[in-house]
Amino acid sequence: MQVTAMHFKRKAGENLCNEKLQKALEKLQTKFVDGRAAAIAELPNFEEVRDAATDIRDKVIRNLDRYLLRFEQEATARGAVVHWAETGDEVNRIVAEIAHQHGLHKAVKSKSMVSEECGLNDALESQGLDVLETDLGEYILQLAHEPPSHIVAPVVHKSKEEIADLFEEKHHRTRTTQIAELCREAREVLRPGFLSADLGISGANFIIAETGSVLIVTNEGNGRLATTLPRVHVAITGIEKVVPTLEDVTTLLRLLPRSATGQSITNYVSVLTGTKEKGESDGPEHFHIILLDNGRSKLLGTELQPMLRCIRCGACMNHCPVYQNIGGHAYGWVYPGPMGSVLTPSFAGLENALDLPNASTFCGECAVVCPVKIPLPDLLRHLRTRQVEQRLRPWPERAALRLWSWMAQRPAVYALGTRLAARLLRAFSGSAQRFHYLPGVTGWTSGRDMPAPAGRTFRDLYNSRRSS
Amino acid sequence: MKVGLFVTCLVDLMRPGIGFAALRLLEAAGCEVVVPPAQTCCGQPGYNSGDRKAAKALALKVIEEFDGCDYVVLPSGSCAGMIRVHYPALFKDDPAVIESIKRLSARTYELTDFLVNIAKLQNIPGDYSGSLTYHDSCSGLREMGVQAQPRALLARIPGVKLTEMRESTTCCGFGGTFSVKFGEISTRMADNKCAHIAQTGAGAIVAGDLGCLLNIEGRLRRRGDLDTRVLHIAEVLAGEDACK
Repeated sequence: MQVTAMHFKRKAGENLCNEKLQKALEKLQTKFVDGRAAAIAELPNFEEVRDAATDIRDKVIRNLDRYLLRFEQEATARGAVVHWAETGDEVNRIVAEIAHQHGLHKAVKSKSMVSEECGLNDALESQGLDVLETDLGEYILQLAHEPPSHIVAPVVHKSKEEIADLFEEKHHRTRTTQIAELCREAREVLRPGFLSADLGISGANFIIAETGSVLIVTNEGNGRLATTLPRVHVAITGIEKVVPTLEDVTTLLRLLPRSATGQSITNYVSVLTGTKEKGESDGPEHFHIILLDNGRSKLLGTELQPMLRCIRCGACMNHCPVYQNIGGHAYGWVYPGPMGSVLTPSFAGLENALDLPNASTFCGECAVVCPVKIPLPDLLRHLRTRQVEQRLRPWPERAALRLWSWMAQRPAVYALGTRLAARLLRAFSGSAQRFHYLPGVTGWTSGRDMPAPAGRTFRDLYNSRRSS
Repeated sequence: MKVGLFVTCLVDLMRPGIGFAALRLLEAAGCEVVVPPAQTCCGQPGYNSGDRKAAKALALKVIEEFDGCDYVVLPSGSCAGMIRVHYPALFKDDPAVIESIKRLSARTYELTDFLVNIAKLQNIPGDYSGSLTYHDSCSGLREMGVQAQPRALLARIPGVKLTEMRESTTCCGFGGTFSVKFGEISTRMADNKCAHIAQTGAGAIVAGDLGCLLNIEGRLRRRGDLDTRVLHIAEVLAGEDACK
């Protein structure tokens, strides 16, 4: 997927004025924020589970090579073929080769954010394959030719009215805004797709080293159809998704749905192991698993390593007041919100996403809700530090900061400077004692008044009171 | 006990009354208060903008200034969080100073936290009368655990009627330089906060960080609300005559 994160500010501004989007984003609070709060309240030992999950993910990341090789060995022993891809393009090439090798023409897909990283659909379509997204949200986006705006609820930016319009236009049926009816309509359109597909493509929420299994959590059942009906199944996922044992996965599953959608468990948890054996009635004849790096291994051993713990629940974006107001598309790549603001610059290049690490107030809520305790504000701050070190910040900002820190280290100069500033600003602020417009901080004054200083600094007043 | 008052750069420049209010509260709690004269800034603007070098230089300056104090108290959860949480992170690979940094961090407190849990302030000097609503500033809440303390203190002023707003723990959109770099997003967040404040019908919005207060006040006034008062918790607790 093309990175457009450099247009963050403009897109954010547009989205703030988009009333339909603003209305749609209200769902985040009730559905996700309140939902998560209720779901974790069910777990009396939530913090202990969170510690355990963090430890599991850390152990994996510290020994990633070992667990990945074990996974490959176990998966291979059960009839799967494991492929290693360094880039998204490599994934696309591998899937195209698999399709060619098995003579496949029609793919059904379960939701996969990693495939969005690769731009897989476009690549396969250019090779002549039919690709049908079967997750309801992804299906809607495929019809609308839009990218996802959320990693768990990809179509959260659309209202049911917009979806009703889209279905009416594309399905040529009577318009309905009843959610159950819209779902039925999608199901009726998708069903023949499942039955005629020869290739099923999925992601993986976790891959399990001890059994070589791919685990997916879904709510719609499309994941099961897509991975068991077609004769070939290709699962694509990031190398960091490996977990040592089934036991470990159960710990993570206590947190993932609760953090993501406020569910104690998803409707389906599918553990897909190996190919269809003789005498078995379902499962694919061929099972390919593609493990993508795409910049992940570069985070190992750096300050950003904790990011690899991420289990893609989306809680950080659901609770982010910036995301809540601008939605996911402004972030300009697959992963929005705080986790995206770490991943996009890491994967796509610091210079291609300059705004993202700065687009946070450091309110800290993302770190509070992260089920695997990723210190997201610290990671964002680290990226800001790298921007400064690589001289990627604009010069007026650098100059202002340098002046500030130079003054702050020289108390006499600082005292004089602040004394003058306080008096001058007070004098110019008029009787209202605030500014409607103030050069240099128009980012502030375009939407807010700037209160004026009281007139004399604390230091000034304190000294004169002490001497009197 | 000897308490070093770090008034913070924003209070020094913009609203010195908050500094005097903090001073009165600490003295009312029986503390011997010193105000180191060369104090400037804790270094947070540089730190959060990615300039670790500037942040480190200012951190070392702060250590030196507050060296002889039993405690360092700030009328700001954000600056207190900088010293308590982020100074140790900043110097974690610097064995020469990490011990003195940790000693400083361990004795640094946000004002209301200090008044309730350490100084155990008995008599609240303030006599505020009227309704107010309290905004939980982010760093105070999430880094310093400040939530019950200001409410406990407010509850002891007979004339105070506290009405909680919706989402009082959601960020107001200030975020330091964020408020200027991403003005539109910041304004929207402040606007949401103002709407929640308005819903309470309270006569004043109170918080523990001047940054948030300037942001909220700026948006309230731009929305045309010239009546709702915007007060620092220290101003309410100390009484407004302390701030003049």
